[in-house]
Amino acid sequence: MSALLDIRDLDLQLQARQPLRLLRRVSLQVAPGQIVGLVGESGAGKTMVSRVVLGIAPANTCVTHGSIVFDGRDITHLTEQQRRHLLGREIAFIPQNPMTALNPVERIESQITDVLRMHLNLDRTGARDKAVTLLREVHLRQPERILRQYPHELSGGMRQRVLIATAFSCKPKLVIADEPTTALDVTVQKQILQLIRELQRNSGTSILFITHDLGVVAKLCDHVVVMHGGRVLESAPALKLFASPGHDYTRALLAATPRFDRPGDELRPIPAVLTQRLADEARALDARDM
Amino acid sequence: MKAIASLRNPRVLFGVLVVLALVVAAAAAPWLSPNDPLEQDLMNSFQSPGAGGGGQAHPLGTDSLGRDILSRLIYGARPALIVAFVAAVFAGLLGTALGLAAGYFGGRLDAAVSRLVDIWMSFPSVLLCIVLAAVLGAGLHTVVIAIIVIDWTRFCRVVRAETMLQKSHDYVASAVTIGLGPGRILASEILPNVAPLLLTLFTLEMGIAIVVEAILSFVGLSVSSGMPTWGGIIQEGRLYVNQAWWLMAAPMACIIVAVLGLNALGDGLREVIDPVKAR
Amino acid sequence: MSIDYLLKRLLWALPTLFGVAVLVFVLVRVVPGDPIAMMLPPGATADDVGRLRALYGLDAPIAKQFVVWMGEVLRGNFGTSISLRDGVVTLVLGRLPATLELVIVAVAAACALAAVAAVGAAYFRGRWPELLVDGAAGLVLAIPDFLWGLLFVLILGVLLPLLPISGRIDPTLDFNPATGFYLAEALVRLHWTALADLLKHILLPALALALPLAAALTRVLKGSLIDAMNQDYVTLVRVKGYSRSRILWRVALRNALIPTVTLTGVQFSFLIGGTVLIEYIFSYPGIGNLAIAAVNQRDLPLIQGLVLTFAVLFILTNLLVDMAYSVLNPKVRQS
Repeated sequence: MSALLDIRDLDLQLQARQPLRLLRRVSLQVAPGQIVGLVGESGAGKTMVSRVVLGIAPANTCVTHGSIVFDGRDITHLTEQQRRHLLGREIAFIPQNPMTALNPVERIESQITDVLRMHLNLDRTGARDKAVTLLREVHLRQPERILRQYPHELSGGMRQRVLIATAFSCKPKLVIADEPTTALDVTVQKQILQLIRELQRNSGTSILFITHDLGVVAKLCDHVVVMHGGRVLESAPALKLFASPGHDYTRALLAATPRFDRPGDELRPIPAVLTQRLADEARALDARDM
Repeated sequence: MKAIASLRNPRVLFGVLVVLALVVAAAAAPWLSPNDPLEQDLMNSFQSPGAGGGGQAHPLGTDSLGRDILSRLIYGARPALIVAFVAAVFAGLLGTALGLAAGYFGGRLDAAVSRLVDIWMSFPSVLLCIVLAAVLGAGLHTVVIAIIVIDWTRFCRVVRAETMLQKSHDYVASAVTIGLGPGRILASEILPNVAPLLLTLFTLEMGIAIVVEAILSFVGLSVSSGMPTWGGIIQEGRLYVNQAWWLMAAPMACIIVAVLGLNALGDGLREVIDPVKAR
Repeated sequence: MSIDYLLKRLLWALPTLFGVAVLVFVLVRVVPGDPIAMMLPPGATADDVGRLRALYGLDAPIAKQFVVWMGEVLRGNFGTSISLRDGVVTLVLGRLPATLELVIVAVAAACALAAVAAVGAAYFRGRWPELLVDGAAGLVLAIPDFLWGLLFVLILGVLLPLLPISGRIDPTLDFNPATGFYLAEALVRLHWTALADLLKHILLPALALALPLAAALTRVLKGSLIDAMNQDYVTLVRVKGYSRSRILWRVALRNALIPTVTLTGVQFSFLIGGTVLIEYIFSYPGIGNLAIAAVNQRDLPLIQGLVLTFAVLFILTNLLVDMAYSVLNPKVRQS
């Protein structure tokens, strides 16, 4: 089966006096109905990949190599106009910080119904009814009341549910989730993850799940892609990756994850030697490619 | 020297030129003006500027009473400059004194002064200015007093903030520990550091003063004698604006150039003085 | 906003009003010029002057005069204008609608100008429109507003006679308004000719009045817009598929208004003070114009009444700005 999202050898450069390579020949695929976890430390480039797919990479960056093919269409270099048809409808986004992602001066209703009216052409009442249904699907009680409220009147967990509901509202083919649980309490995190899994099962949507937390990946993802320094180091089915990791870095990451069942273990950070080696490799690649 | 170097800043250069022009016009008025500004020549009234109308005798034309506009404008620089300078100096003295005191001594004095400034600033200034002028009668002294009374708060606020900032610096703490009294500290440590800021405020205040003077004479509340003021010329010109638009345009141009020049000087000096920007 | 809050604000305003009243009262009585003497023909005797002064109660000590005046004011009687021989209240109320209409049109014009300029500058960030807007705002703020009024008179009224430069309406027009609110009436009665004429007359003074406010608003609004565009909620709506103009006008602008009102709120009340000169320049029959005439005539009762009126307008404007702020910012509203 051909991939829904097929990123091949993607290069992203920062235009400055000394151009800087942010993504180094990144390749990753997401199959229809699959949940792919994109893991790595901060600065590994995982968020940048999602931004390029969504078309919101910073203005001073530029794709210098490679392609992004979505549902058979090349979307690497789209115009603003063309991209707008894609966004919200076929590709949706769940942001990281629910406290700042919602418009503080608009009620919840308009922030869910906007996509419904824009992409599904629903009228006001139709969109409103659909919004109520969507809020129920994410297990929010009293959805009519919530629609009338402003973001600051809801808790972080509630806001994230609203954002998730909005993302799934137009039945997109792909949902990109950028660390959607990082900004939440641990107890709420678990609920949100369960919610995402439930929604995915019901709709068959593909998910590209960006996180730095391997524990989350283990619980949720079918396939895992490990990134570091703008490169993909390893890409494997989840079970295989956790059972026998292929790359040293993946092994080090797994080893560094604190385990609740072995509380006496000492913390094992990524060895500096490894980080140095990876940096050297990256530099060599730059010399070859740039 | 830093003063000469600051002339490289285009704003400062423009401002200095404007101020020089004003000073020269005011000081050398009798020698610069082609005619007597008060001399009336009813046969030659409403002459337009340039070769067609006024010709060499009246390069900017004449007004309703045949008086030479150029001469009146040149002489008009006198009240403008006098008022601007005197008002700015005294508003500055009053505002700075209170600002230094409030900023340095803090506590109840500061609270009182700040409250005073707030109340003062919530008064509609144009109206207050006009009422004051009506109360005090016509004359340059009125204008000066009106400006001081209304605008001392501008100096006070800025000086207070700057004083508080300077006070927090180490050199003040060390001055206190070696036993210098507040007077000495203010004079020798704080004031020199506040001074550059004062210079900018001073030039801005002069610009404001010129405008206020123009407003008051425009409304008929400034000098009562025949001495020409720019605002007064505008007022006279207004009556005949349909036949002789230059009567109003010429003094307006003078005021605009003067204000723009003084503002530019103030802004430019601020750029030059502020060490962060200069880098 | 609750009624409680409004009442509290109004009560707070009373001491300020009282202070203003006292200040003006004392100020005008310390007058060297003598309004009574000005009213009488040159041949008047000292006796006549004395009798007239007694008639106006100006022979009593200041404190007593104040008490008397306060008593009358609380009964709604602001006295009689010395120069215009009519009740102060009548005169002020007669002219007030004109000024109110001028102020409302000016505020609307300022907001519209600022919105277009700021959004334009933010949309074309880094290109020439932004520089143009910055430069224009700087120029407008550098030149004092009374000069802008005169410039309008000169350029748009005389040199290129596009618009009338005095008065409120063409007196030959067949329009008999019942109230002082000419614009509102013309609109309601669909009297198009009168409406067009009224708008032509009000345009220049309103623009002159609006310019300083528009320039200040533009500067602050542009900065706030740029800040808003960098927020997470803007990223989200981009990803939802919003068009760039929708993002600017409906999301960023709406949010940017909040800090803008906070920072420039006080400028709206400065507008009220600006009416004094602008009305005078354009011979517009409002209370500003009346104030200048009153001051020139040393008409004490009228001056007092007008200063109090202006103070009340200031306070009301500030109150309106506060209310606008709470409408704009849902976090501040009482639920």
